[in-house]
Amino acid sequence: MKRILSMALAATMLTTPAMAATVKIGFVTTLTTGAAVIGKDMENAVNLAMDHLDGMAGDTKLEVVFGDDQFAPEAGKQVTDKLVKQDDVDVVAGYIWSHVLLASRKSVLDAGKILISANAGPSQIAGKLCSENFFSTSWQNDQTPMAMGEVLNQQGVKSLYIMAPNYAAGKNMVAGVERTFQGEVKGKDLTKWGADAQLDFSAELAKAKASGAEGIFVFYPGAAAGAFIKQYHQAGLKDTMPLYSVFTVDALSLPRLQAADFESVVGSRVTQQWDPSLDNAANKKFVDDFKAKYGGYPSFYAAQSYDAIMLIASAVEAVGGDMSDQDAFRAAIKAADFDSVRGDFAFGTNNMPVQNFYLREVVADADGNWTTKVVATVYENHVDSYAAECSMN
Amino acid sequence: MDLSLLVIQMLNGLQLGLLLFLVASGLTLVFGILDFVNLAHGALYMLGAFFCATLTFALGNFLLAVFVSIPIMAAVGWVLERVLARPLYARDHLDHVLGTFGAILVIDTLVHLIWGPEGIQVPLPDYLEGQVPLWGDVVVPTFRLLIIGAGLGAAGLLFWLVNYTRLGMLIRAGASNRTMVSALGINIEMLFALVFALGAALAGLAGMLIAPITEASIGMGNNIIITAFVVIIVGGIGSMKGAFIAALLIGLIDTLGRSFLDDIFKFAMSTEAAETSAPAVSAMLIYIIMAAVLAFRPQGLFPPKVR
Repeated sequence: MKRILSMALAATMLTTPAMAATVKIGFVTTLTTGAAVIGKDMENAVNLAMDHLDGMAGDTKLEVVFGDDQFAPEAGKQVTDKLVKQDDVDVVAGYIWSHVLLASRKSVLDAGKILISANAGPSQIAGKLCSENFFSTSWQNDQTPMAMGEVLNQQGVKSLYIMAPNYAAGKNMVAGVERTFQGEVKGKDLTKWGADAQLDFSAELAKAKASGAEGIFVFYPGAAAGAFIKQYHQAGLKDTMPLYSVFTVDALSLPRLQAADFESVVGSRVTQQWDPSLDNAANKKFVDDFKAKYGGYPSFYAAQSYDAIMLIASAVEAVGGDMSDQDAFRAAIKAADFDSVRGDFAFGTNNMPVQNFYLREVVADADGNWTTKVVATVYENHVDSYAAECSMN
Repeated sequence: MDLSLLVIQMLNGLQLGLLLFLVASGLTLVFGILDFVNLAHGALYMLGAFFCATLTFALGNFLLAVFVSIPIMAAVGWVLERVLARPLYARDHLDHVLGTFGAILVIDTLVHLIWGPEGIQVPLPDYLEGQVPLWGDVVVPTFRLLIIGAGLGAAGLLFWLVNYTRLGMLIRAGASNRTMVSALGINIEMLFALVFALGAALAGLAGMLIAPITEASIGMGNNIIITAFVVIIVGGIGSMKGAFIAALLIGLIDTLGRSFLDDIFKFAMSTEAAETSAPAVSAMLIYIIMAAVLAFRPQGLFPPKVR
């Protein structure tokens, strides 16, 4: 026992000088509850990025500390505080949920650290609450549904029924599609969200059907996606009210829908800023290695998380691991000099990415697995609608 | 608002109510007869969904999987009574809450370890996937009708069991006066274990029936258990009849609230205000009902006659 102790002590003493050259990244995501399926995918992508980097950014060692937000704002803030104060991380990244990010942002920004969202993009943080220390490797919530609104116009859809969860991102999604969709909105439902989210949509689907709308737009990320799509088909709405969705049909829901034989989801169309079929070297390496390591397609959550780690690594390398000069580090992040899986990557004035949005279709790949492919580009270098409200202009 | 929509929503409410009854009946039996607060009842609901999902893929048939899963769930309930509940009977309610809350965490983590975090989609056979026309172009999903049928069937069976069998007589006697029943030479431990197993089977059945609609996922039970507690409080703790009526009431109020509250609010306020407030209020509706019942009739709407 004594020997083990003294060895452990010696080991600590040995590693202490090396620790100074380590840059710590806190990564907050959902690792418990039903939404852990998203968190797991992001965790996998982060680990893959670390594999690709060999755990190093130039000569500096990188270390990732994961935190679980338990799908709740208060727990997310708590774990963020722990990462910032106790683990003393240099950068905090991650965040699936807009309400969790909004609750946690102050903890990171007040400590003067860099915050990078790998998914959530609430309107507030792109506009009034923008900060020079906040960056995003995803999108502003409104953008993807805005692209879908354009698609609906192009397809001549005249009326729409809208369903989304009742939280920050759900409201942004509804605002986004309403901003660009030119037809009539026949009705909308905001359903209960969180760890005890409503997953039985019988009443809402009956209302949608009775409204006689030509199409239905939904946003149901994570576990709710499978539930919604199943009930949509069980209700027999497929032929009368086509489904247009964002962040709902993805690499997480498709394998499970395929296992349960929901043939009819093949051919459905969604908008997104990234796709596994995007043709660039970084993306090909990411998708191939992800499939080889974890046995399935990465989701957009994974792609954004991978980008977040690569972005941080590029900036750490640019400043030679010297985190004491924060202005230089921030400038290196803003330069975004890394190979993004979505091709070219640049930040706008409010530190949100300025990027393309694609229309994707669900198809079966060469092995018969369901995935998506790009069929058209809806927006090129799109800037979100809240950039003008940001005081950094 | 038209009539056919109202009828469909009533059916949806009935379906939700019957599912709630399946969960609440076990809860109220265990609480009423064993005087045991079982927060882990929702975990049994989740386990039912996961067993059924796994067996559906193994056996290739959902209905068969349900029939095999029900006795498995009863066995799980039996074991849970032995290892968890029995040592806690003599303690007070706070210890029950602590012990069963711990059980929730343990079972959730076990499920996470065995089945992974992602949950399972349960496929239905084709003949349950479609819709049944009621009249005109009004249709209901076949599977939802099956849930209503199964729920009514289970409720009928339970009614018969409790009111017309020897076991039911003992259960009722146990609910009224536990000490007297054991003094009469009845094996009260066996009776308790049976009641617990019955409750587990019913909660499991509810989980099995909901799985093809939503999915089998971790934490699904924690959601319904709160609503089930609302049901047994409104109905009167320990009362089967109360649980049945309150479950239907809560199911209907919740569904109709979600459907029509925003339209009703639009009469009194702006469209935008109605759209913002209606989802919040409809999520609260059942708790408002519970608060009202607790204020004016704290023993519940249909309390058991002797306690």
